[in-house]
Amino acid sequence: MLSRLLSSALIAGAAAGLIAALLQLGFVQPVLLHAELYEGGELTHFAAPGDHHHDAADIAHDHDHAEGAAAAAHPDMGGLDLSRDGLSVLFSILVYAGYALLLVAAIALAENRGHAVTARQGLLWGVAGFVAVQLAPAFGLAPELPGMAAADITQREIWWLATVALSAVALWLIAFGKSWAAWAPAIVLAALPHLVGAPHPAELTGPTPPELAAQFAGRALGVGLVAWVALGLLTTTLWSRGRA
Amino acid sequence: MTTLSRASAAVSTSLRDIFIVAAIGAVLVFTAGLAQSETLHDAAHDVRHATGFPCH
Repeated sequence: MLSRLLSSALIAGAAAGLIAALLQLGFVQPVLLHAELYEGGELTHFAAPGDHHHDAADIAHDHDHAEGAAAAAHPDMGGLDLSRDGLSVLFSILVYAGYALLLVAAIALAENRGHAVTARQGLLWGVAGFVAVQLAPAFGLAPELPGMAAADITQREIWWLATVALSAVALWLIAFGKSWAAWAPAIVLAALPHLVGAPHPAELTGPTPPELAAQFAGRALGVGLVAWVALGLLTTTLWSRGRA
Repeated sequence: MTTLSRASAAVSTSLRDIFIVAAIGAVLVFTAGLAQSETLHDAAHDVRHATGFPCH
């Protein structure tokens, strides 16, 4: 039984992690690399006219454009960095393998309690997982671009972990509860971390343009949803197939 | 009722096994996503940002 739990989760997690990594490299990484030019000072948000940054010219500027903000808005961020992007693929697979192991544990627990889990329901399991580990924490701490102002890392990690745990329990109670005796506490648990509030910095002094940060957050969440739906469908398919 | 309990008994997974996979999963997520070691942070940097983990 243990080997079936492990194999379903690890195969599904590796596949979902690979999907997430490819989407990240295609859609999220270019925004991140662009932001790092502001974080490192190669580009400056609201550069004064005539305030030229010649060291950025070879990285980003199209010389046909007028120098300044217009040229910096869409630098070419194409191209793979083999070691950096290879590590991203590896860690994406590790993260989603971890999520898959937690997901298959929850699915087995639900089955033990008499809730049949079919391959189709993987869609719901995946969406619920996405809500618990990405959407709910993002409501308080949006996916951060490098260089953004942020509160103390340990405080944010504690808030993140608490939010994920409370949201997961809340979703379980909503899904499997049969009355308001389960649903009412679920709403309280889901709302609690947001009523307490996520740790935020005292001053907003990040050097990156808000346009990039907004695009980054939207895309990170979109990629997360796709990867989690794939993870849910694959995990339940492999798990229920092994049972037959 | 008897059929239900028999059916669920047929697919039941031991709590020990469930705990073991959940623990491995939690360790993996913590190591790849949250551990503040310098080396791990640098290697996982882009994925941590793109997956919405708190970073830096």
